[in-house]
Amino acid sequence: MNNIITTQNLTKYYGSLLAVDHISMNIEEGEIFGFLGPNGAGKTTTIRMLVGLTTPNEGTATIKGYDIQKDIVKVKSCVGVVPETSNLYNELTVWENLRFMSGMYHVPRNERDHRITSLLKTFGLADRARAKFGGLSKGLKRRATIAAALIHRPDILFLDEPTSGLDVMSARSLRQFLKDLRETGVTVFLTTHYIEEADLLCDRIAIIVKGQIIAMDTPNNLKANVHGTSIIEVVFTSPVKTLNLEELQAYGSIEVKDNTLRIQVTDVLKSLKAVTRFADDHGLKVVYMNTVKPSLEDAFVKLTGVESEVMLMEKERRGGGA
Amino acid sequence: MIRNELEGIWHILLKDLKAYYFKPPNISWGILFPLVLTLAFTLRNPAGLAELSPGLVAMAALFGTTSMEAIVITFEKRVGALERLIIAPVSLATILVGKVLGGAIFGLVIAGVMTLISLLFLNATVTYPIFFIAVLILTVLVHSALGALVAVSVKEVFEAQTLSNYFRFPMVFLCGVFLPVEAMPVPVQVIAHLLPLTYSVDAFRQALMGPLHVTLMLRDLVALTLFLVIFLVLATRLLKKSLE
Repeated sequence: MNNIITTQNLTKYYGSLLAVDHISMNIEEGEIFGFLGPNGAGKTTTIRMLVGLTTPNEGTATIKGYDIQKDIVKVKSCVGVVPETSNLYNELTVWENLRFMSGMYHVPRNERDHRITSLLKTFGLADRARAKFGGLSKGLKRRATIAAALIHRPDILFLDEPTSGLDVMSARSLRQFLKDLRETGVTVFLTTHYIEEADLLCDRIAIIVKGQIIAMDTPNNLKANVHGTSIIEVVFTSPVKTLNLEELQAYGSIEVKDNTLRIQVTDVLKSLKAVTRFADDHGLKVVYMNTVKPSLEDAFVKLTGVESEVMLMEKERRGGGA
Repeated sequence: MIRNELEGIWHILLKDLKAYYFKPPNISWGILFPLVLTLAFTLRNPAGLAELSPGLVAMAALFGTTSMEAIVITFEKRVGALERLIIAPVSLATILVGKVLGGAIFGLVIAGVMTLISLLFLNATVTYPIFFIAVLILTVLVHSALGALVAVSVKEVFEAQTLSNYFRFPMVFLCGVFLPVEAMPVPVQVIAHLLPLTYSVDAFRQALMGPLHVTLMLRDLVALTLFLVIFLVLATRLLKKSLE
C-alpha cells in the first residue's frame, strides 16, 4: 500500500497555545483512518492544516505527493472536505449548491448533471433537490454536505465529526456508506469522539491528546496493548462502592458503578478466586460474572485518562454538529 | 491553470448574485437609494443639480458597492461558508476577484439607476460615453475591492459597516461630491488625492459635463486602476494572514 498522506512534525500554535504538537504519521491509500480524542486535542486543527484552511507553523505534509504549502491548489483538487458544521449555502437549493460545487471543482460540464443526480439518489435527496438548503433538517443537511464533498470524485475524503448530531439510523447508514466508499478505493480520514464509531469503522486509529499522537494502530492492536489483557466484570445484588476494595486492588485497577465491579487483570484465574473470596467475606451474592477482553474504550481511557462519558458530555455541552 | 481560476471567478460571481445581491429587498434598496438621494437634493436646492450629478453617480457607486460587499463577505466568514470557497481548488485572489465582481455588478445597477435619474430628471448629459463607461466600471470595481478589504479585516457584520463608514463619509465630503476639491484648503486637497472617490468624481465630471482634459482623465483612470490593484493585493494578503 502507498502512503497517500504523510506528515512530518506537523505543528500548529494559536498564539502561545500549542494546538498540534509535532505530529508525524502515514496514512495508507484506501484505508479508513480515524482521529480519536477529547475536545481541544487538535483533531480539527490537523484536518484544517491538511486541507489548506490554516497554515502549519512547523513541519511538512504531503497529500498524494503534493506539498500542502507549496501545491495547496493541487492538494485541494484531490480531496473532499466535510466540516463539522454543514456549511453549504442556505439561500441556494440542494441542486444549485451541488451545481456550484461541481463548477468550483472543475467537473467536466457534460458530466455535472449526471453526477449530481447520482449523488442525490445515493444520499436519498432526490426528492429534495429543489428545496433550499437552509430549510433542510440537520440530517439532510449533513447528507447534502457529504454529497457536495464527493462531487469531484476525490481520492481522499476528510470528515470532521461526520455523525455528530445525526439520529441513529442516519449515522448507521452514513457509516455503511463510508465503508462502501472505501471499497471504491477512496481514502477516508475522519475525526470522531465516538469511540464505538471509530472501532466499527476505522482500519487504523490515532489517539490524540493535547496535540500529540499518543497511540496509532489498528483497533484490535490498541485493545491488545492495554496493560492487563482481560477484564473481570461482576454484578452483585447490592452496591459495592462503600466496601473496602483494598484487597482487590492488588490484582488490577478497579472501576465501580453501583452494583458492578470491573477489574482489569493480568492473571484471570487468581483474580477470579480473589473476587469470589471477597464476595463471601462481605456476604455479597453474585448475580453475574464474566471475563471480557478490553474494549477500545478501555484502551482509550487507559491511554488518555479521559472517560468516554466525560468526552461526550463535553462535546454535547459545546454543541457539536451539523 | 488560468482557465480553472476564471471558472472559479465565474461560479463565485453567479452564486453571490443569486444568493445575495439579486434578492427583492436588495433590488428595491438599489432603486430607492438613488431616488431618495435625488429627492433630498432636489428639495434642498432644485437649481444646479446637473452640476451635482457626477458626484451623485459616484456616491451611488460608492454606497452601492461597499454596503453589500462588506456584508456578504463578513456574513460568509461568520457562518463558515467562506471556508467552502477556501477549500476549493482556486487561489485566494480568485475568490476575492469573484466576490469583488459581485459587489461591482450590484454597484453598477445602483449607479446605473442614478445615471438614468440624472439624465431624465436632472438635465445631465453624457458628453463622453466611452470615458463615462470606463470610469463607471473602474469606480464600482475599486470601491467593491475596498469593501472586500474592509470585510476581510473584521470578524462581525456590524464591524464591517462601522469600518466602512470611517471611509465612506469622509470621502463624500472630501472628494468633490458637493464642493470642488480645488476649493478646499491645501492639506485637505492632499488627503483628498489619497482617496479613490476624488478621481472618480473628477472623471465623472469630465465624462458627463466636459470639457475633457485627456491628461487629467488618464491620470484619473490610472489612479483608479492602481487603487484597484492595491486594494485587491492587500485584501488577498489579509485573507492569507487570517489563515495563519
